[in-house]
Amino acid sequence: MQDLGISVLFRGKNLIRLLGGLGVTLELSAVSIVLSVILGLLLGVVMTLKSRVVRAVCRVYLEIIRIVPQLVLLFLCYFGLARAFGIQLSGEAAAVIVFTFWGAGEMGDLVRGALTSIPRHQIESGAALGLTKGQIYRYILIPQTLRRLIPQSINLATRMIKTTSLVMLIGVIEVLKVGQQIIDASRYDTPSAAIWIYAVIFFLYFFICWPISLLAGRLEKKWQA
Amino acid sequence: MKKLVKVIALALVLALSIVSVALADSTARTLDEIRESGKLVIGVFSDKKPFGYVDENGEYQGYDVYLARRLAEDLGAELELVSVDAPNRVEYLQSAKVDIILANFTVTDERAEVVDFALPYMKVALGVVSPDSALITDVSELRGKTLIVSKGTTAETYFTENEPEVNLLKFDTYTEAFNALLDGRGDALSTDNTEVLAWAIDNEGFTVGVESLGSLDTIAPAVQKGNEALLAWINDEIVALGEENFFHADYEATLKDVYGEAVNPDNLVVEGGVVETAE
Repeated sequence: MQDLGISVLFRGKNLIRLLGGLGVTLELSAVSIVLSVILGLLLGVVMTLKSRVVRAVCRVYLEIIRIVPQLVLLFLCYFGLARAFGIQLSGEAAAVIVFTFWGAGEMGDLVRGALTSIPRHQIESGAALGLTKGQIYRYILIPQTLRRLIPQSINLATRMIKTTSLVMLIGVIEVLKVGQQIIDASRYDTPSAAIWIYAVIFFLYFFICWPISLLAGRLEKKWQA
Repeated sequence: MKKLVKVIALALVLALSIVSVALADSTARTLDEIRESGKLVIGVFSDKKPFGYVDENGEYQGYDVYLARRLAEDLGAELELVSVDAPNRVEYLQSAKVDIILANFTVTDERAEVVDFALPYMKVALGVVSPDSALITDVSELRGKTLIVSKGTTAETYFTENEPEVNLLKFDTYTEAFNALLDGRGDALSTDNTEVLAWAIDNEGFTVGVESLGSLDTIAPAVQKGNEALLAWINDEIVALGEENFFHADYEATLKDVYGEAVNPDNLVVEGGVVETAE
């Protein structure tokens, strides 16, 4: 029975299960990333406001998501809310909330950085030409900001995809957990399965994140011209 | 600016702590509520063969799962299995995410303070595996010889405290320890009997000469602290199931393939919640 470890992948429904797990990973990441980008764009604009209170609140929010590990946030949202308030969220819902909470904050900070990196004199020149605030955003700030945002937000997106593996600890069966289940179920008859399954999972993650990087590179080049 | 941040942070922390103190734990569903809903939610392992795992067809299997299916059947409820992991088993009960935990949960005093354990359905002790050529069948034979153990295991503690004449060779991981035994760097190896028994099956030339040693730990279902009706029902079930030798059937169905013919099921299985000391 000591056959090649990769054969485990084709036993029963293992391959389909692994791809199903990948589907869960993709779905969670996609929903969280889309929500993060939308909320992050708004938040980034808010962060550039001069109000001291707004800026202080944003600072605290940012510090929280940077200091508290995502796993702790997941536990707080999944177990903590249930214990403290009796709010029973599904693992998936808790995951989307936490990843959006995290992603929106990080994205907001990126947007803030990109916005403030645009030299003040451009805005002033726009105003001198008689552009309204809306027009300044539409023609000066937004196009340049988007361009500057691409590399870092892609970095954030791929980071979010990889971090979704934490959701297995709140009972969501995603690709890595399915992999571990497959490895464990064959640990007596095919001990060498582990390295093979992990290799397959590596390629699955790679083939998700790689096209995103490619697309980003292409966009950057296109917009540079 | 900095001051303001500090003030807000402080206020946040205060608010959170007040909220968490003011609100009680969420209470688990009672037996009646479970019956009414028609659904029994049980937390099991999904990657700990042979106790709780998912087979190649995506079905939950294992010793714990076998019992879970029977409990749901006897309650007349649909079974919903939730995948849990060792570090979050207690959380699942305390936050009322599951009704019962059946995840190879070893009964300890610390755990008994935060969850309620039902009657045990399995027991684990230490086992000693050694090469057939120089089989160790009694602990006394180990004196003056070298025993391989993993650091931080109950085996290390047991032999350090009770058998000072046994020379211990310690390793960080199970894999290293078992490889050392294969390389002949020690006369025998000791760890949980479930582990050594399963390992000996796959490694010819090695046999578990001592199947049950040291203090016996039991494995039992757990419910949220204070969920008395459910606890009483599980206990009645375990006693009733003992009368039909249910757990031996469970062993036959799930553990026998892993541990083989040589192992006496009575060294692992507990019927009707009554633990008899083996050997």
